[in-house]
Amino acid sequence: MTAVLETRGLVKQFGGFIATSDVSLSVAAGARHALIGPNGAGKTTLINLLTGFLEPNAGAVILKGEDVTHLAQHQRVKRGLVRTFQINRLFADMTVLESVTLSVCERLGYGWNWWRPLAAHGAAVDEAAELLGTLRLLDVAHEKTRNLAYGRQRMIEIALALAAKPQVLLLDEPAAGVPTGESRELFDTIARLPREVTILLIEHDMELVFRFAERITVLVGGALLTEDVPEVIAKDKRVKEVYLGEALHD
Amino acid sequence: MTPAALDLSPLRRAAAWHPAEFAFWLLPPAAYFLFPDYLALLSQIAITALFVLSLDLILGYAGIVSLGQAAFFGLGAYAAGMLGKYGWGDPLLGLAAAAGVAGLIGFVTSFLVLRGADLTRLMVTLGVSMMLFEAANKMTDITGGVDGLQGIEMKPIFGAFSFDLYGKTAYWYTVIVLFLLFLLARRLVNSPFGLSLRGIKQNVLRMPAIGAPVHGRLVTIYTLAAAYAGIAGALLTQTTQFASVDVLAFNRSAEILLILVLGGSGSLYGALIGTVFFMVAHHFLSDINPQYWQFWLGATLVLIVLFARDGIMGLGRAAVARLGRKAP
Amino acid sequence: MTIVFDGVAAGMLLFLISIGLSVTLGLMNFVNLAHGAFAMLGGYVCVLLLGQAGWPFLLAVPTAAAAAALAGVVLERTLYRRLYAASHLDQVLFSIGIVFMSISAAHYFFGARQQPIMLPDFLLGQFVLPGIDVGIYRLFLIVIGLGLAYGLHWMVRRTRFGAQLRAAVDNPRAARGLGIDVDRVFTLAFALGSGLAGLGGALGVEMLGLDPGFPVKYMVYFLIVVAVGGSGNIHGSLIASLMLGLFDVCGKYYLPQVGAFIIYAVMVVMLIFKPQGLFGRSAAK
Repeated sequence: MTAVLETRGLVKQFGGFIATSDVSLSVAAGARHALIGPNGAGKTTLINLLTGFLEPNAGAVILKGEDVTHLAQHQRVKRGLVRTFQINRLFADMTVLESVTLSVCERLGYGWNWWRPLAAHGAAVDEAAELLGTLRLLDVAHEKTRNLAYGRQRMIEIALALAAKPQVLLLDEPAAGVPTGESRELFDTIARLPREVTILLIEHDMELVFRFAERITVLVGGALLTEDVPEVIAKDKRVKEVYLGEALHD
Repeated sequence: MTPAALDLSPLRRAAAWHPAEFAFWLLPPAAYFLFPDYLALLSQIAITALFVLSLDLILGYAGIVSLGQAAFFGLGAYAAGMLGKYGWGDPLLGLAAAAGVAGLIGFVTSFLVLRGADLTRLMVTLGVSMMLFEAANKMTDITGGVDGLQGIEMKPIFGAFSFDLYGKTAYWYTVIVLFLLFLLARRLVNSPFGLSLRGIKQNVLRMPAIGAPVHGRLVTIYTLAAAYAGIAGALLTQTTQFASVDVLAFNRSAEILLILVLGGSGSLYGALIGTVFFMVAHHFLSDINPQYWQFWLGATLVLIVLFARDGIMGLGRAAVARLGRKAP
Repeated sequence: MTIVFDGVAAGMLLFLISIGLSVTLGLMNFVNLAHGAFAMLGGYVCVLLLGQAGWPFLLAVPTAAAAAALAGVVLERTLYRRLYAASHLDQVLFSIGIVFMSISAAHYFFGARQQPIMLPDFLLGQFVLPGIDVGIYRLFLIVIGLGLAYGLHWMVRRTRFGAQLRAAVDNPRAARGLGIDVDRVFTLAFALGSGLAGLGGALGVEMLGLDPGFPVKYMVYFLIVVAVGGSGNIHGSLIASLMLGLFDVCGKYYLPQVGAFIIYAVMVVMLIFKPQGLFGRSAAK
């Protein structure tokens, strides 16, 4: 299998604190890969480094064989690396359809079009509507995002990312704060995504992780602990200790 | 489900002309015939409306706070004034030059302004406009300082319509320029580009994650808004045949901010309606006593911030919504 | 040298007035463009007490400061408090509203003219040292400024109130959890800031002048002090104020044709290259 996303010796320091320490990670094309680790393991920092929100002190990020370490966030998105956020980052005063159409427009390169109205960009609007259909959001297409229930908003968070047609999708705790019943539906939606979309998932809920992932990387204290298939990870003593340790601290 | 199942009419309606808009644009011609004695004031209203519109584009749509939009107004005013003074008095040439100069300085300073967050932007925009004010104030041999630029002579528009004593030509000229630039702005805010500006205002951190080049968009709109403000300044110089350092003063920047908030920012008609209310009130109330005017202005501002954050447009929308609910 | 001395004195006045803004803007993150209005209030109260009521100078000045502090408490309790969580734009608009109201109120009560001030005899005159004429009032300003800077530093570092203020500003929620009355701390900090502004306004009538345009005329100066000195930083504000006072007085004397241009340019450059201010934000903590 070829790696679609790789990091080589990634290091990130905040002052004297080392948030990411020499992380070399490889995500295969089409993978269902999960990134786990106790609180403060540096999972979100790693995602921020991958997407370009943060710049590493050392190391490289390789996307589809191309070094993207110094590319801006939006340029990585253009190359197919898209993320969602642990805490919703939505367009509160837009309708759901507008939000998703905005994302589609940016992908299709309509973002600089300033003369023809949005509704005249039929291809973008149709595609957005189709995506809303897939995600069962059509009934609220013309509602303002801020008026929706949290579970629906969480789905829009994913819709915005999918509208960018990711080749690699980084999901940062997509089910965070969503009631159990709805989180199942959310994960079913994610599981239905085609294999062309490589998924790297950060998730706290171990049940969801083991149901979804085919490969698991464990991060502790900013460094890689181990990486393997779920069956092996489940039996790994060190992983148990790490999580047990956290449980004792809580 | 297929897209056909979704009714797209709300999206189309957003960009279509509402009957109330046609009615609104009948007002300027009507005012010409109803208030022939107030043409100077009406021209001032049109000019200020254009200036407020320029702030609305960056603040109301893209969320860039600015306390220094007068910098571009002043640049435009002086650009047109200089041309007029040295024999290049063609009005449209003046507008083009004003837009060019203000847009150029807007483009250059945008890189300074856009580096910081809200607070830094406030102070950098303020600082840049104060620098220009001080520069104009000291270079009296060029700008005329407080006494102003004298001897500006305007040629007829298209070589046919000369500026008359009653301000008839001036009125039509300013209203038409306002209307054309309004049409352009209206196109812009309803386009995908306009939507991306709203996206930046509502969640600037999300925009790069959906592939949008935030910085480029902001530089573009800031430059365009600077050009709009420059044209407004040029209109003032051309219709009054005068320009002094007052065009760069802080009060102007604060005043349009206030008008925009009064009318309702993030709405083009908010900018226009706010200007009409403000200018008419200013004209009649400050005649009575300028100090009272300023006091009530301040009080209104405080009340708006505390109780009616969306201005006149917001109150209007709320009233319409309430009526709609009562109606069967 | 005399000019340098005058610059230092002007800097001290700026420091007195700006330090309150440094707390509200820098620490409490409230853009209060109306800060100069409190200084103006102090100025008018002082002039009134001296001129109309014939109070002695040393009594009138503290009373003026107290009046400004009282106004600060009342406004904070009734209005400012509602906007702590609002956007910077809302705070700007609100405080511009307050500025307008204060300007027209000053116009209404006192007219547009500059207010004269009668200094007591013991602060008049000057003595001559080698190469420098020391105005006694200037010296008085410098001594008071230094004394207050030291006092404030001591208060923030060493007193219970200082600790509470630092805690409340750093993390209001945690501070509440620790039983600190955050609302009260903010009110007191605001009152202190307004009071100092009032004091600076009263002492500054002789040097900075006093007319209804005061809050706008010096607004940018106060903002510069905060921008350059760093937020809520007493040392930083002091040094920034002194630099600004020196620049301003020397600039007007030696390079009148350039005027205030340099000062604005310095501010813009500062904001762009060191947005945290020359002295960062850590020293007050």
